[in-house]
Amino acid sequence: MRSRPDKRRAGIARRLGRALIIVLASLFLCLFLLVPLASVFVEAFRQGAHAFVESLDQAEAVAAIRLTLLVAVISVPLNVVFGIAAAWAMTRFEFRGKALLGAFIDLPLSVSPVVSGLLYVLMFGAQGWFGPWLTAHGIQIIFAVPGLVLATIFITLPYVARELIPLMQAQGSEEEEVARVLGASGLQTFFRVTLPNIRWALLYGVLLCNARAMGEFGAVSVVSGHIRGLTTTMPLEVEMRYNEYNYVGAFAIASLLALLALVTLAVKSFLEWRYHNDMDATAPRRR
Amino acid sequence: MTLALQRLTRHFADLAALDDVSLDIADGEFLALVGPSGSGKTTLLRILAGLDYPDAGTVTQNGQDFLAATARERNVGLVFQHYALFRHLTVRENVAFGLRVRPRRRRPSRSDIRARVDTLLKRVQLGELGDRYPSQLSGGQRQRVALARALAIEPDVLLLDEPFGALDAQVRTALRRWLRELHEELGLTTVFVTHDQEEALELADRLVVMNRGRIEQVGPPHEIYQDPATPFVCEFIGRTNRVPLERHDGLWVTGGWSTPAATAHGRFTHAVAYIRPEHLSLAVPEGQPAWDARLRHIYLAGSVAHLDIHVAAIDQTLEVDVASEDLGRLSLQPGAQLRIAPTAMVAFPLDGSHAAQPIAGERWALRS
Repeated sequence: MRSRPDKRRAGIARRLGRALIIVLASLFLCLFLLVPLASVFVEAFRQGAHAFVESLDQAEAVAAIRLTLLVAVISVPLNVVFGIAAAWAMTRFEFRGKALLGAFIDLPLSVSPVVSGLLYVLMFGAQGWFGPWLTAHGIQIIFAVPGLVLATIFITLPYVARELIPLMQAQGSEEEEVARVLGASGLQTFFRVTLPNIRWALLYGVLLCNARAMGEFGAVSVVSGHIRGLTTTMPLEVEMRYNEYNYVGAFAIASLLALLALVTLAVKSFLEWRYHNDMDATAPRRR
Repeated sequence: MTLALQRLTRHFADLAALDDVSLDIADGEFLALVGPSGSGKTTLLRILAGLDYPDAGTVTQNGQDFLAATARERNVGLVFQHYALFRHLTVRENVAFGLRVRPRRRRPSRSDIRARVDTLLKRVQLGELGDRYPSQLSGGQRQRVALARALAIEPDVLLLDEPFGALDAQVRTALRRWLRELHEELGLTTVFVTHDQEEALELADRLVVMNRGRIEQVGPPHEIYQDPATPFVCEFIGRTNRVPLERHDGLWVTGGWSTPAATAHGRFTHAVAYIRPEHLSLAVPEGQPAWDARLRHIYLAGSVAHLDIHVAAIDQTLEVDVASEDLGRLSLQPGAQLRIAPTAMVAFPLDGSHAAQPIAGERWALRS
């Protein structure tokens, strides 16, 4: 048995250690996350709200925002379809090369985005494999919107699938099997059993996928060609304005991107708070 | 409805989950597929449900090819160990699922579905819980919802995969009896899978004992228990003592006890006997063959007492069951010296190979 003062001292030491770790973590977050994030907004409004609005009201800024939305609107749904198909294949079927498919899904996360962009240039560029054929048929992919979409799809490929795979693995296929035996068709099983079970994970995946699709810089930069008003997305426009010493203009667009991140986070938190009961119900059952 | 399974074979990689399995399932029968994990019982059930297909063999239903029908078309009820309730649907919606997914011309009207669900919920004693979600129910309640859901489509055959495996002992016993009554009231044909031999003995009209993808024995519970056909059935069903026998001068002998050997067994020198704990007599008169033994422990388990009795001559501790009230009558207490002998046993001669295996085909039984 330890004596009473001994116990008290141990208690104080434990509380002190706890406080230290919390302060350290908070400090780190502040220094590397909150301060830079805040500075984006500070810089954007440095010359007042008027200059901020004006720099967003220019034709190239509007074009960049439009293009970014267009790329996201095309690539996110495609990745939802791919993500569900990949997760289904990975968790519901046994087949040769399954491990390979799993590795390929993660590939875009480990490849440098610049390399991903270069891959598409290598394939579809003027000197690329399909370049001559594409030129002959008057199709332009690189330095055009299709290239941006392709690069974005590649980069955001893992987001939906990676959200779904662990969940679908944990949930197992018994509910779908019961549905089939009860007489449900494949589509009925998917829409009445599978989709309701994965909806929250799917929504998370879509949010993350969307944030990345709008924010992607490296791969998009390589295939874009930086044609103002035509092939510059928001992140590219930020860089171009920055290189032109147009700081307010650069940070104004950057603030929109930062806002997107904050909104994503807020929506995610709201959904978690609003539907946590429902999420518990679809969480994998304890065994 | 009669289901005839003929020569079913199913391989997973190198493992033979089913190895030449043939079986008839009669109308209105309560059949248990029992065996250790990996014995192929679940594979067999999944093939009947249409969730898996055999590599070879046929299943016919009243002469029609049953395997040609998809899972959707088979009209079977399926209940899993972990219930597999649709967690985003209420109890009522779960039960109604099989009716709601029907094509329009076969789908009952909204009010018909409602009435049927109500009747079923009452039937499984869950009348008030229709609007709850599965996560708000206990294990026993969930399993009854799963049953109601399976029964809603009025299945030709009800398939249950370890239906009581996830429940605690008390609920399990109650639910077993209840299921048995339900089976009889509704005139169902039920096939259930279990690794629990006690459950199988208690519930089923017939047991199918499986091991390594093969059927070891099929029969009613008392036959399986009293007359096990193979060494595996002896060891898997009920408790048993395994005693080695040696052949000397026309007798099977083991440590002071012996029994006459049939002449047909003249070519064997060794055998193994399986003796149930209740088939050992504890007070053998002098002059009759018996083992000298010492009582080591008494485990009182209510109406029955389990005894550990050590036989020095064969250096083996045997399990013996006696009625608790006989403990006093026979003045049994730890350390007591006894003369014991089997009153019944099943035995198999061993083949002559190096790792001697019992020969199921040469089985003989002793009863006194």
